[in-house]
Amino acid sequence: MAGVHVATTINGDAVEYVCHPRETLLDVLRNRLGLTGAKEGCGTGDCGACSVTIDGRLVCSCLVLGAEADGRAVGTVEGLASGNALHPLQDKFLEHAALQCGICTPGFLVAAKALLDRNADPSEEEIRYALAGNLCRCTGYDKIVRAVAAAAKEVRTKKAKG
Amino acid sequence: MSDTGIGKSVKRREDLRFITGRGRYTDDVNRPNQVYAVFLRSPYPRARIVSIDASGADEVAGVIGVFTGKDLSADKIGDLPCGWMVKSKDGSDMKIAPHPPLAVEVVNYVGEPYGIVVAESLAAARDGAEVVATEFEELTPTVSVANATAGAQLHTNVPDNVCYLWELGDADATNAAFAAAAHVTKLTFSNNRLIPNAMEPRAAVASFDAATEEFTLVTTSQNPHLERLILSAFVQLAPEHKLRVIAPDVGGGFGSKIFVYAEETAVAWAARRVGRPVKWTADRSESFLADAHGRDHLTTAELALDGDGLFQGLRVRTRANLGAYLSTFASSVPTYLYGTLLAGQYRTPAIHVEVEGVYTNTAPVDAYRGAGRPEATYVVERLVETAARELKVDPAALRRRNFIAPDQFPYQTPVALEYDTGNYEASLAAALEKSDYANFAARKAASEQRGKRRGIGFSCYIEACGLAPSQLAIQLGAGVGLYESGEVRVNPTGNVTVFTGSHSHGQGHETTFAQVVSDKLGIPFENVEVVHGDTGRVEFGLGTYGSRSIAVGGSALVKATDKIIAKGKRIAAHMMDTNADSVDFSDGEFAARDSNQKLTFGEVAFAAYVPSNYPSSEEPGLSEKAFYDPKNFTFPAGTHIAEVEIDPETGVVDVVNFVAVDDFGRVINPMIVEGQVHGGIAQGIGQALLEHGIYDDGGQLITGSYMDYCMPRADDLPSFDVDMTVTPCTHNPLGVKGCGEAGAIGAPAAIMNAVTDALGVVDLPMPATPERVWRAARG
Repeated sequence: MAGVHVATTINGDAVEYVCHPRETLLDVLRNRLGLTGAKEGCGTGDCGACSVTIDGRLVCSCLVLGAEADGRAVGTVEGLASGNALHPLQDKFLEHAALQCGICTPGFLVAAKALLDRNADPSEEEIRYALAGNLCRCTGYDKIVRAVAAAAKEVRTKKAKG
Repeated sequence: MSDTGIGKSVKRREDLRFITGRGRYTDDVNRPNQVYAVFLRSPYPRARIVSIDASGADEVAGVIGVFTGKDLSADKIGDLPCGWMVKSKDGSDMKIAPHPPLAVEVVNYVGEPYGIVVAESLAAARDGAEVVATEFEELTPTVSVANATAGAQLHTNVPDNVCYLWELGDADATNAAFAAAAHVTKLTFSNNRLIPNAMEPRAAVASFDAATEEFTLVTTSQNPHLERLILSAFVQLAPEHKLRVIAPDVGGGFGSKIFVYAEETAVAWAARRVGRPVKWTADRSESFLADAHGRDHLTTAELALDGDGLFQGLRVRTRANLGAYLSTFASSVPTYLYGTLLAGQYRTPAIHVEVEGVYTNTAPVDAYRGAGRPEATYVVERLVETAARELKVDPAALRRRNFIAPDQFPYQTPVALEYDTGNYEASLAAALEKSDYANFAARKAASEQRGKRRGIGFSCYIEACGLAPSQLAIQLGAGVGLYESGEVRVNPTGNVTVFTGSHSHGQGHETTFAQVVSDKLGIPFENVEVVHGDTGRVEFGLGTYGSRSIAVGGSALVKATDKIIAKGKRIAAHMMDTNADSVDFSDGEFAARDSNQKLTFGEVAFAAYVPSNYPSSEEPGLSEKAFYDPKNFTFPAGTHIAEVEIDPETGVVDVVNFVAVDDFGRVINPMIVEGQVHGGIAQGIGQALLEHGIYDDGGQLITGSYMDYCMPRADDLPSFDVDMTVTPCTHNPLGVKGCGEAGAIGAPAAIMNAVTDALGVVDLPMPATPERVWRAARG
């Protein structure tokens, strides 16, 4: 099967790869690019463990073909921190112990960032609704919801300070 | 020290790798030159394998080989064993169905593996599996637990599909209590089948070094040493010293990764057979079909009360579905982890329980978070709540009247356990306060004004954690001891590497165990590293399940640190020219009582490895091991109170408040413990309202995906209001009890008591789905 040449941007870096036409973006990220933050929890778009953004839009990378990333900008959990400076969401997940086994966490962080990018001040209900596409079996979501609310507040405070 | 010691909410040190996407789970592991495995699985619940024609697969580019159960038997790969021998009430041994890793002649559940396809790529392996032509002769399946003993016989050595008929307690005394009772409350219900669904599917990457004959198996296990022991001693894959099992970051287990499964066995065997590393990762469909399921009981339970509302007797008859084969600990779950818990928090003097374990053509059923204890709590707490309603007594008051009082410990129950300590009244009182029980009637009236129905429900649970002691467990049929190992290795520069036989797959051992050791040794938290999950690095261990890690594994580490301190004192005494009895150790310093000399922990450690001024009677080095075998179980207990509001138009149950007040003894890291409680409650609410593993009459799993099996999501759950009371465990050095399962144990009964209260019905089967609730609301 002929490979497909793809030129894309991942976490701000220009990346080129060749993938099979039937290969998912998730498999490309994990197996070709060594970005194993995104996980396959179900392969059917029901659990959100493979969440990434494409041109800022939250998607399940298990349902996107690697070839479809051509010319787009992909965002993964690996791009959340700037160097050693964690994103406020990461800080708050740490502070609140909003994770246990950690396997779903990258997906939650990416989904939460997508939420905060469009809604700087979400209510608890809005947070729960926005994260309803991500399954977590460990935490009961309580600490995740609190961490996202705390991160939203921190982002707003930072912005207000300029 | 103070902000990282025992009792502090230290941030989890494992989290940095997870939040940056750098966790290393089994599927993140790849070996050079590796190949991929896909399993051939039965599409039938019961069928004879007539023939397997793999010639088509051999034509597929990239396919290396198709192997079947016969290939494994030819290599003398043994059956998957069950690790607990349960005896029937007539004294006979349980009937064990042969369980080859890959089915040879007959398949017994949908999804049972009977072959493995190995190929250069996952896609090629899948394509190969697709064209293997297997001819099956369909046989009549026995599917439902209700019909299990009347249905077709699965295994030739198991008449009526009964594995065992087990009993516990005094039948005569119990019958006498019922004969004299003023009131009897009786319920018949099921405990719904659950599918564990750790978010990380099971996976294995196996390699074999032909030169050294060593296997390395990286796999999703809660207990890598047990995996190695079973694969060596029973399955005969390789001698124990030639098999290294590594369980790296593991994405949740909840019991389902305790067991030794067919897949990792076959993958490891295949690595030797094809001479290349073999990788397999379950897809979610395989997880649904072939992970061991949980619960699935059918129970009739009766509670006898006297005229004062005092419990006089409890009689329980349960049929437990064990699935098609006995999984690793399947036999113990509905017996020793269930019947022994039926006293609950109460003084009920006579209890008798009979459990019939049956085989059916469904996936094996084994421990799932709580394992037997949620089922026991459900029996007791649904009965007690129902009795209170029948007698028109406040359910809190009825419980209080029957609680074991704080001054009655240690308390010997009529079902084998001796509770060491507890204060049930304290957790109930705190939970009543937090749930604002006093004003419930006003809230109910307000709901009714809005056309809604509100209910409140209690669950005063008890659990037994840290299964023990080993000798007793082995007498009762356990195939392994239930101690834990710990090693504290002090490095020459004074920092410490800790090795534990426990395994963390979300529990936060790397943080909690470091808190314990740094606190005991008086050294900075940062100076302690915790190693687990690798038989090549950790001496031995029994792993993590049954909320045992801190109570058993933590205690082993305390024992090892005590030995370190004792040796440190002897070294320090020599260096300070005094005797060891005159040396005090506190806050990381050895101080001579008879002078003002002091030595830091680091100085003593250095001296141990550079022994110039050193006692001649001591070996150099400062590293100690300990095995801790608990004297008794620990008994966490607490009260959960659920408040629900039901919309009778839609049948949707809204959990408007959930209060949990738990007594876990001393708590090492409250933030981590809180998270454990939250997660358990979520699974308990999932069982009560959403989750149900269903096989249709034909034996097909019809809840085999996230579209069909309803997992709790963020918008299904409330925020939880949790708190703790503390009665320290009396028999382990930390005073700890364990917290991992409490939520899943307490929550289902609390929710269902609230739902039935709101609806004014005696019972409703779990899960209380909108359809069931809507029908019940219409009367």
